[in-house]
Order: sequence, then C-alpha cells, then structure tokens
Amino acid sequence: MDFLVFQVPMLTVQALLDGLLLGILFALIAYGMALQWGVMNIINIAQGDLVILGGYIAYFMYLYGIHPGWGVIVSPIIMYFVGIGIYKLVINKVVDRDLFISILATFGISILFMQLMNFAFGADVVLANSNYGTTMLFDNSVTLPNSKIFSALISILFAIGLVIYMKKSKLGRAIRATAQNARAAKILGVDTEKVYAATFGINAALCGVAGALISITFTIHPYMGLPYTIRSFMIVIVAGLGNLPGVALSGMGLGVFEEFADYILGTEFRIGSVFLLLVLILVYRRFKLSRKREYLK
Amino acid sequence: MKIKNILITFVSAIAILLSTSVVSFAKVVGDKIVLGAAISLTGKYSSNGVHTQNGYNMAVDRINSMGGIKVGGKTYKFDIIYYDDESNPKRAAQLAERLISQDGVEFMLGPYSSGLTKAIAPVTEKYGVPMVEANGASRSLFTKGYKYLFAVLAPANLYLDVAIDLAVEKNGGKPVKIAQAFEQDAFSQDVRLGILDAAERTGSKIIIDDKLPKELNDMAATLAKVKAVKPDVLVVSGHTKGALTAIRQIAEMKVDVPMLAMTHCDAAKLSKQHGKNAEYALCASQWHKTLTYKDDFFKDGMTYAADFQKEFGYDPPYQSAESSAALLVFKDAFERANSFDQKKVRDALAATNMQTFYGNIKFAPGGQNVDKPMVLFQVMCNDDGSKCENKVVAPTKWASAKLIHPIPSWSKR
Repeated sequence: MDFLVFQVPMLTVQALLDGLLLGILFALIAYGMALQWGVMNIINIAQGDLVILGGYIAYFMYLYGIHPGWGVIVSPIIMYFVGIGIYKLVINKVVDRDLFISILATFGISILFMQLMNFAFGADVVLANSNYGTTMLFDNSVTLPNSKIFSALISILFAIGLVIYMKKSKLGRAIRATAQNARAAKILGVDTEKVYAATFGINAALCGVAGALISITFTIHPYMGLPYTIRSFMIVIVAGLGNLPGVALSGMGLGVFEEFADYILGTEFRIGSVFLLLVLILVYRRFKLSRKREYLK
Repeated sequence: MKIKNILITFVSAIAILLSTSVVSFAKVVGDKIVLGAAISLTGKYSSNGVHTQNGYNMAVDRINSMGGIKVGGKTYKFDIIYYDDESNPKRAAQLAERLISQDGVEFMLGPYSSGLTKAIAPVTEKYGVPMVEANGASRSLFTKGYKYLFAVLAPANLYLDVAIDLAVEKNGGKPVKIAQAFEQDAFSQDVRLGILDAAERTGSKIIIDDKLPKELNDMAATLAKVKAVKPDVLVVSGHTKGALTAIRQIAEMKVDVPMLAMTHCDAAKLSKQHGKNAEYALCASQWHKTLTYKDDFFKDGMTYAADFQKEFGYDPPYQSAESSAALLVFKDAFERANSFDQKKVRDALAATNMQTFYGNIKFAPGGQNVDKPMVLFQVMCNDDGSKCENKVVAPTKWASAKLIHPIPSWSKR
C-alpha cells in the first residue's frame, strides 16, 4: 500500500484526469459491446481483438505516411465490413442459441484473430506516432498528452453520433425495436437478419475507432485484446444493457478506479484489480437478483 | 471388403515399420552433425524467434562453407532440425522430448527466451544432451546445477547494474536515488535483482519499485510518481513493450530524469519507432557491432553485421549475433573433444575458452558465460532527429562515444 497519490495533491489530479480520459475510451468499446449484447444477446469475447485489429489499420496508415489521426475515419469503415463478414460467417449461426454457445463461438474467433494478426503483422509491439504534443497544467506539474485528450474527444463524438443515429435513422429505430422484442419487430416487418448484421458491423466499427485511438495513445500487439474485452464486459455489467449514460459513467469510473489502484496497490495489481472488481460486482448482482427474481436486463 | 481391410492393415503395418526405422537416424548421418532446436516461429516471441533462427542459419552456412567440423580426421557439416514451439513452454518441453527420443538428436541449440529455456533444460539434462543456448539469460537457469546447459550470454542480473555504477560515478561517487519498473517475468525480475545488488553495493536507495503486469501498455502512473519524487536514475525493463511504452509516455508526459536505463532497445527498434524522443536512453546489450572482438569465421562485428544485412535484409540485433556464436562454440567443442560422445563433448564445452566476433566465451560451473561483459549504448540523434544511432558508452574499454549526462530537460529538447 502506498498513499503517495494522496500526499501529493498534483498526483491526485493527474490520476483523476488520466483515469477519466482512459475511461471515456473504455466506455466507447463497452458501448459497442452493450449494443450488440442487447440486440443480439451475444457476449463478444473477440471485442478486444477487433479493437487491436482496428489499431493495426491506423498503424499501417502511419507506416505509409498518412497521419494516424485519420485512422479514426478509415478504421471504422473497414472494420464495419469486417464485422459484417464475421456476422455472415459465424455469428448468424449462433445468434438464436443460448449465451454459452455464442461465448464459445466468439472465443474461437478471438483465438483465430490473435493468430491471424500475429501471422500477418508479426509479434512486434507497435505504435503510431501522432506528434500531438502535450498539454501542461498547474505550472507543468500535471501533464496531459494531447493524444489522450484527442482520444477522449473522438470517443465522445462517436458516442453522441451513435445516439443520434439510433434515435433518428430508420435503421437505428429498427435496431432499437429488435432489441426490445425481436419477434414483434419481425412481425411488424423489420428485417431482423439485416438489423443483426448492421449491429455487429456498427460494434466492429466502434472497436475500429477505439483501436485507432489506442495505437495513437498506447501500444498494440496481437495478443493484447483480452484486457479490453474484460474491461468492456465489466462496464456493461455495471451499467446494464441499453443504458448509455450508465455505460459512460461506469467506463469513467473504471478508468479512475484502475488508475488509483495502480498508485495505491501497485502497478502489478492494476489489471488484477479490474478482475477482482468484476467478481465482486457479479457476486453483488447475483445477490440482488436472487432477492428480486429479475434478469440482468 | 475383406481384401480392402487386409490391404489397409498391410499398408499401415509397412508405414509403421518404415516410420520406426526412419526415426533411428541420429546425431551424425553420413557427414552431417544434426542439431535440434525448438524455436518460436509463431506466437508472441515469433519476431525474436526468427532473429534466433537467422543467427543459427547464418552460422551453419558459414561454418559449412568454410570447411565444416573436423572430428577424427573426417569433415562434418552442421544441420539443424527446427520445430516451432509456438512461444509456449509446455510445447517447447514436448518438442525437446521429441527431438531427443524420436528424432535421435544428441546435441541441442537453445530456444528463444528464458522461460522456454527453463522448460527445455530439465529435458536435455535428463537425457544428458548437451545444449548450447544463446537466448536464456535468467539467473535461475544457472543456479540449478545443470551440467549440460551452456549459455553464451551474460546472465540477466548483469544487464543494468553497470548503469547504476555509472550513475553513482556521475554523482561524484555518492549514492543515488533509483526508480525502477520491471515486468513480472523471469528475465525482467532477474534484471531487477541485479539492480537491487548494485543498489546495496553502492548504498543507493530505491524509491520507486513498480512491477508491470504482462498485459500492460500504460505506465502513466509510474511515470507520474517519477515526476513527483525526482530520482537520479530510472530503470525500465519489460521487453519490447516496456521499452516502447516507456519512451512514448516519458516524452508525452515530459518526465525529466538525469539517466534512463532500459533493456530491449534494439529489439524494439526504439530509435526507428520513436526517433528523437528515444534520444539519450541507455540500453543494455549483449553485443554491439562496433565491439572489436574477432574470430576466423565472421571476422568481426562490423563484417558480421554487413553479411547479415546482405542475407536477411536487416541490421542484426544481438539476439542473432549470440545465436550465431552458439554454433561457433559447438564447432570448437566437437573439434576439441574429437568425438561425438555426449559426455566428452560436454566436458569439452565446459572447458571452452575462446574469442568469437560476439565476445569471449568461457563458462562458469553453472553454465553462464563469465568472460563477456554487458555493454551499454546510448541512443544519439542528429539535430533534426532524422537519424539516430546506438553508440556504446560503457564500459569505457569499448566506448565509441562519451556518455551524455544528465539528460537535457524536455524544455530544452
């Protein structure tokens, strides 16, 4: 235990801001997961691997001399079609089955993606340099990399865009209708098959945005996907499905939690603490459910 | 139907017979000495696995084309059976079993990484198969009393303790404050032990001691602490990911430390991926091409680097150089043993005392190479950062440039 973070006020501010910016990025990934979980009742274990794949798209743009910042536009477009492809090949066969089968299927996709990325891009750790510089606050004692601020802003932008799209567009309304009651939507003429494909595509596109942002802010590697899956799973569990403000809040909460766990418990427990929190929350929810006799929704 | 069954039985019987008879070829077939190696060609170590394999192949070709190995008045050539261990220790141990008991290999080359070498060493030890390894530096490999394990490289605890000595020297001989962050794996933790020893020896104080989890790609918390407590030296070791993440975030968070020491800089292509941001980082290396060691096969480091570049199209990292050196050691031992008896070769290996382009090689009883110091290089760039080079700065004997200390603060860079 180390309480340095509270003894130096600037460190507290730094940890808080770092955590918030990080959390907003997590929330974006989690939002994709919440969307397709709610609509298709599928827990996508390959979520993190889609993120990493999106990161590689931005990285390759950077390699060919294009500023990786444009990755936030290119990557989602490519990833949308990757998502549709995965849906047509695998997900449409498991979409009506029980949750366990979909977990197995997406777990398989996850392993496949890891190996394919390793095969195609190599096992080197890579990153894309944005050269965005740094923002200094409080007489240089708190530093915020502009890449992190950029990540957070883009994440917010995409999240807002998606909310509007869901409310206003025809497909968005069809998606929401399917999420509420797939059978009723079908009877009323919604092509649920198309809705499912689009939902999975949109989820993959969001992962693509997040991946591009991660390659700019942190580093990427073919085997780095799982922690992102776990985090988004955890955020969705806390927030509940179809609760966008909840996802955003719990995302930021998780970011701050991680950052403070890093300072207080030590860096080695940073990711471990997320797992611990996940277990605690699952136990708590189970406890609550057993009293209320309700489903997670 | 019956005839078909009989046929199938017959064919499979022959196949089994054939396969068992093929298996019995062993260490020396005709004029070939067959060595076995499990290498990470896929999985998370695959890029360093390939560096290792390229190093092995380069040396095999060179030794074979320059007259081979002379044992008992006859000339032999090297051949290597490779298997892909998928960067997985369990798989590596299985493959070692298979190489020895099925393929009949009697001499082994090491895999990539300390973890995989640790998995294979008990197997080779059990069968009494001499193994020369070039990529397992963990100290724990050399304290188990293995008799058949020989490592051409310096153990991990010696990687960065030079840096602490250097920091103390620059501090006028007074103890320094050390901040350190190490990944939680066998290798990095051994590097950490080396630092702890050096700190005790010099009376220095460790003020930050973080352990990085394997999946981590964010060190912001550690670096913010470094900013707050202002150590004299920051030490980071976490393979290529640690090196890349540290440099990125140190630059973005404008963390000023007088000295920054790390491992895996050249494997991470630090200066290529980060350019001027990587400048002034001190890096531990087993080998550098400008060192002036010599041998008959590769001449010296510069020639080795040029030849390697011609053959594989990239500058050799030290992982390749040390792998090449492993074969030079084997050749030398075979010729001195003048036999293929495993015990005799093992004794010859233990008595190795030679110079290669990679450095002097002499094994301690534990199997580690004690005759080759680590070198530290510093990343130095030209003014606009378009070209960065690694220049050896310590130990003084090999230095090709003067250490820049302290690192200029970010406001002046």
